Amino acid sequence: MKRRNFLKSSMGAGIAAAAAASIGSYGKVFGAEAPKMASDYDIVAVKGPDPASMFDIGIQAMGGMGKFVSKGQRVVVKPNIGWDVVPDRAANTNPELVKRIVEHCFKAGAGEVLVFDHTCDNWIKCYKNSGIEQAVKDAGGKIVPADSESYYKPVTIPNGKRLTSAKVHEAILDCDVFINVPVLKVHGGAIMTGALKNMMGVVWDRGFWHKNDLNQCIADYALYPKKPVLNVLDAYNVMLRNGPRGVSVEDVQNMQSQLLSTDWVAVDAAGAKMLSLEPKNVKYIPIAAGMGLGKMDLEKMNIHRIKI
Amino acid sequence: MRSSALKHIRIIFSSILLVAFVFMFVDFRDVFPAKLHRWLLYIQFIPSFLKYTIAGVATATGFLVIIIITILTGRTYCSFLCPLGSLQDVISRVGGWFKRRYRKYGYKKPYTITRYFILALTVGIMLMGGTYVLSILDPYSTFGRFMTFFIKPVALFLNNLIANILSNFDIYAVYKVDVKFYELAVYTVPVVFLLLVGVLSFRYGRLYCNSICPVGTFLGLLSKISFLRMKFDEKGSCTRCGRCAVSCKSSCIDFLNKHIDTSRCVNCFNCLDSCSEGGLKYAPFFNLRTAKVKEEVKTDSSRRQFVAGAAVLMAGLPSLLRGQDQVVRSARASTVKEDRLYPVTPPGSVGIENFTSRCTACSLCITICPTKVLQPSITEYGITGMMQPRMDFKTGFCNYECTKCSEICPTGAIMPLMLEAKKQTQIGKAVFIRENCYVFTEHTACGACSEHCPTKAVHMIPFDDFLTIPEVNDTICIGCGACEYACPASPFKAIFVDGNSIHEAALKPEVKKLETGNDDFPF
Repeated sequence: MKRRNFLKSSMGAGIAAAAAASIGSYGKVFGAEAPKMASDYDIVAVKGPDPASMFDIGIQAMGGMGKFVSKGQRVVVKPNIGWDVVPDRAANTNPELVKRIVEHCFKAGAGEVLVFDHTCDNWIKCYKNSGIEQAVKDAGGKIVPADSESYYKPVTIPNGKRLTSAKVHEAILDCDVFINVPVLKVHGGAIMTGALKNMMGVVWDRGFWHKNDLNQCIADYALYPKKPVLNVLDAYNVMLRNGPRGVSVEDVQNMQSQLLSTDWVAVDAAGAKMLSLEPKNVKYIPIAAGMGLGKMDLEKMNIHRIKI
Repeated sequence: MRSSALKHIRIIFSSILLVAFVFMFVDFRDVFPAKLHRWLLYIQFIPSFLKYTIAGVATATGFLVIIIITILTGRTYCSFLCPLGSLQDVISRVGGWFKRRYRKYGYKKPYTITRYFILALTVGIMLMGGTYVLSILDPYSTFGRFMTFFIKPVALFLNNLIANILSNFDIYAVYKVDVKFYELAVYTVPVVFLLLVGVLSFRYGRLYCNSICPVGTFLGLLSKISFLRMKFDEKGSCTRCGRCAVSCKSSCIDFLNKHIDTSRCVNCFNCLDSCSEGGLKYAPFFNLRTAKVKEEVKTDSSRRQFVAGAAVLMAGLPSLLRGQDQVVRSARASTVKEDRLYPVTPPGSVGIENFTSRCTACSLCITICPTKVLQPSITEYGITGMMQPRMDFKTGFCNYECTKCSEICPTGAIMPLMLEAKKQTQIGKAVFIRENCYVFTEHTACGACSEHCPTKAVHMIPFDDFLTIPEVNDTICIGCGACEYACPASPFKAIFVDGNSIHEAALKPEVKKLETGNDDFPF
């Protein structure tokens, strides 16, 4: 981070100063008008014909992307790109959704938008066949490799019960804000995968999590101070069987839904319901809620339901 | 008349080809065009020969083309097409920079016994069904191993250096690729040959090609009857200055006796370039006949040897080799590990015997495999199978959607496989060891194995308290090893793939329709 900033500033100090003078004051005004992170709703739940237009509506209900992303910021969008399968299989986040989110980030003034995932299958094939690499490029974002351990830097997880440290991708560490864009699926080991579990794709050693109480580790990671400013749970096509990889398109149901929230425990609790699961039975949800990382009682939440 | 055009054509042609070959092996970004793969590999003598005779691929006629080229023009293969030959020319050139005298060759006697002994040994072992001597000595495969074991890590290191710098500017077009080394033991043969080929070419030009390489010796026999050849001009314009002999990398020009040992001449055309008198020419042999009566007698025995050898090679070889399966099997049986009955061979290789009898360990599939699941073996196939690739699920697993190795294998050890067929080719079966599984021992959730399984042969069944534990349905398991790779248990895995000694057909995973849900939010 420091080196990058140094290089940048030293290369274009004059331009940067001029830009700061004009943008800086505007940013302040903008910031005062729209306090970050505070949404009127715990969850915005959208049903609609396609992931992109659902996001358009959903983010509007959340107060617009400008609430989460400020001018000139370095933004990371973190989808699930874990598997070498085509978009219809819904094992990865929908590429149209990723594309639209990146576009919204730029519209909100983001300086750059980076997208990556530590994939399970071969990363080049995952990036390509998921359609996400192309989608990100089309939207003007940058797709970042995450296949080499050297991209990951060690961090400590304060108060983690089982997960006390992890190696986290430098894109997350260096960014100003990041947006978590998981796809909703059932999961053989963790019962379901959503917002909290999507963070397994920002660390290098997933095996450690599997070894040391997967549910506790998933919840523990949420203690790490750098949290997503927004979670967008893609439930357009939802894998209801054979997750998280799936075997065929027959494992997938077209639910045409999308959940947006700043609270990742809440969004996972709602996601669990969509998979016909009780949130308390998806162990990492009650653990995370118990650690004060978010709400899980859907009854007590202010949920804004939108049908397009 | 000075004729240097041929030499320059040779240098340009072989340089382009050498670069292509290096690129093919180092290509870690999968950008090398598939069409070029096919052509480069088509013209490799031993791989094409094995593919044609043993694997029975009728289109693998490259070795016949080389034989025809050799009969027509001499050992053109050695200077134009063989990557190891071109590499040696480069090393010789470097040697010349170090010491001028390394570039001054002069006539030397051939190592007749050595070269024919090695050729006989190679052919003999091959007839008995073992390709291991061929594997070790095949020049293309030797070159391939140099690239895979030594050059690629260097290329990756440089790539990562650049990637590191560029990533500071948020440029990720050049991405890092971790350098992974192989087990130490498999470096033995490549290191020995690197020293051997390196030292010999550094100091003595093409001595390796003319005393050790069985392809060189075989083509040398053929070139004794070649139509076009290097010869002294019968008009007598030669002044016996000896410059040709000095420039001859094969040390095969005896200028005092005006004799050229055609069997060692690799058609580099350096001599043509060196001769300012026009005393040498590359021309049809028959003008020379009258002047070479003595020589005819001398070459007769080896020619006869060649004819006999060629006849054996051409006829009946496939059946002979197939009868030798047991040789390989016993060698393997002595080295099986306790927990694994069989090593796992890549999809398309049909089975262990099939694979090990055709593979020359050129390591192209190892370097090209996108998931790095293909690793050089140590003793898994027996000592004779050293360096032949095996599926190592500690380093990776076979990508469900990939058939890369079967597309590029030049010898037919891995036969081409359609993707749909590959998805049902069972190269091994997953075996679950409950006692090693964390779900069982720690009572914590995991499911990493099932998560990675592309067919859900490994699926999770209820264990207790909302925990799930793996179960294997080996009728739909294809042995890709994703489960073993992902399993976090150590030091012993809780799930591993045991190879099928002969590949089987897996059933297609059952596909059932889902019930459609309702339209409302369930919260």
